[in-house]
Amino acid sequence: MNRKHSRVLPVLTVVLAIFVLWYAGAVALNAKWAEDKATRANITLSFPQLVADTWSQDKPKLPTPHQVAREIWKTTGAMALRGRTFSKRSLIFHSWITLSTTVLGFVMGAGLGILLAVGIVHSRAMDMSVMPWIIASQTVPILAIAPMVVVVLNAVGISGLLPKAVISMYLSFFPIVVGMVKGLRSPDRMQLDQMRTWYASKSQTFWKLRLPGSMPYLFTSLKIAMAAALVGAIVAELPINQNGGLGARMLVGSYYGQTIQIWSALITAAVLAAVLVGFIGFVQGATLKRMGMAQ
Amino acid sequence: MIWIGGAVLFWLVSWRANTWMARLPRSRLTGIAVPTLFGLALLVLWQGVVRGAHINPVLLPAPTDIAVKIASSLPILWADFFQTFVKGALSGYVIGCGAAVLTAIMVDRSPFLQAGLLPVGNFVAALPIIGMAPILVMWFGFDWQSKAAVVVVMVFFPMLVNTVEGLHASSAMQRDLIRTYAASYPQALLRLRLPAAMPFIFNGLKISTTLALIGAIVAEFFGSPIKGMGFRISTEVGRLALDMVWAEIAVAALAGSAFYGFVAMIERVVTFWHPSQRRG
Repeated sequence: MNRKHSRVLPVLTVVLAIFVLWYAGAVALNAKWAEDKATRANITLSFPQLVADTWSQDKPKLPTPHQVAREIWKTTGAMALRGRTFSKRSLIFHSWITLSTTVLGFVMGAGLGILLAVGIVHSRAMDMSVMPWIIASQTVPILAIAPMVVVVLNAVGISGLLPKAVISMYLSFFPIVVGMVKGLRSPDRMQLDQMRTWYASKSQTFWKLRLPGSMPYLFTSLKIAMAAALVGAIVAELPINQNGGLGARMLVGSYYGQTIQIWSALITAAVLAAVLVGFIGFVQGATLKRMGMAQ
Repeated sequence: MIWIGGAVLFWLVSWRANTWMARLPRSRLTGIAVPTLFGLALLVLWQGVVRGAHINPVLLPAPTDIAVKIASSLPILWADFFQTFVKGALSGYVIGCGAAVLTAIMVDRSPFLQAGLLPVGNFVAALPIIGMAPILVMWFGFDWQSKAAVVVVMVFFPMLVNTVEGLHASSAMQRDLIRTYAASYPQALLRLRLPAAMPFIFNGLKISTTLALIGAIVAEFFGSPIKGMGFRISTEVGRLALDMVWAEIAVAALAGSAFYGFVAMIERVVTFWHPSQRRG
């Protein structure tokens, strides 16, 4: 409790500093445009006027937090109030597309990761031949070929969520394999010997000792995997003009110089990441508490 | 049919060989041979299936086609590699990691700032930072400067979090010893705490190698001069020239692995004392 209190103040300070820097940066980056406009109109701006102008441009180089917040409200809450929650212009619609891709890819990645980990723990040949390649697969900038995967899968006739989810899956399976292998091997000699004295079969050892023992590792890697899956989903939405998603929103925004739109998509993605990772943290807390493993 | 049959047969034989080798006592030779054979079997399987099932090269070119393409377009690949990797990724990597380490050392004396920066840094490190790419391309123009900027933003927070954590890695006993030597703050930092932080710093550096390459390539999707790996990938996908795309991917994979391996090699030299570096 005490520890928590002592952290609130510093975090708030840092967040406040970020906001101050943000507003100052908006003045610095947008000042040129404001001054150009003023010279054309043959007026000289006083400093407060300059600041007011830089904070309220239509297509600023760096929009201010309140502009972004207004845009987000305009495309979420305000539209929902008018009963157009899932209109194509609303961020809720785009977030929903990104969210479903992320969750689908995450579930597939978690499944694949856990299966691979079980195989690696039980077969030495698999451990030796597959594990180095799994590690090498992550030094490959897979995100870079995301567009190709999407285009190729579209050409084979697989379209919709699945091609994008494949990218999310590729990014999210790796932390889960690594975490689960570590977790499934976490029971020590003594515990394994104990299982043997009880004459437990291999599958009994797996279900009653290894799997429960791996839970803390699993949840830690699930959190990383979820964040990675979201990144994968967003990048997968970039390549071709698809019917929505936060990534598509960013691309359209960058085509038309709609900086406020890019920032609002970015902030929404950040909120989405925080909610998803927070949700796993919540499940982790509840599960580990039920299992009597809470720290 | 012969192609597929042969490939599957090769796969089965190599898998048997691998299970046999895996039962031998672990040595350096088997540690290299087993994964190499596995990778080779994958390539053969790929080649056999593509040739045997007559898969359209637009969808999936065979490994030999890709190899031919690489050999015939070396100058283009080199120009792209230089633009994206050396100019974009490498400069951004050095600036980003350097700035993060310096920031970590600067906040080192203030526990207050650290307590605030760590949770925020951890949070930002989990965000889809890659989304900043279109904004930074807008700010810094189409050339390599904007790519380097994306890389800086991507590597900064993972690196910062790792370094701050690393600076706390020395034990109380070691710090006490340094104090009994009447060491000043800079001396303690240079002689004890920075060396003790090296495993953490290198962990961050290794994570950042992959991030740097990804950042530089993805940033090129949002606009670039007419060279660069990301540019080439996105335009060749549009022309459905998949063998060129795969050639770029092969270069990217090679560059990524080599970069990672290089950092890991330096790590072995610098942190030779750490238990994870022990051999034998």
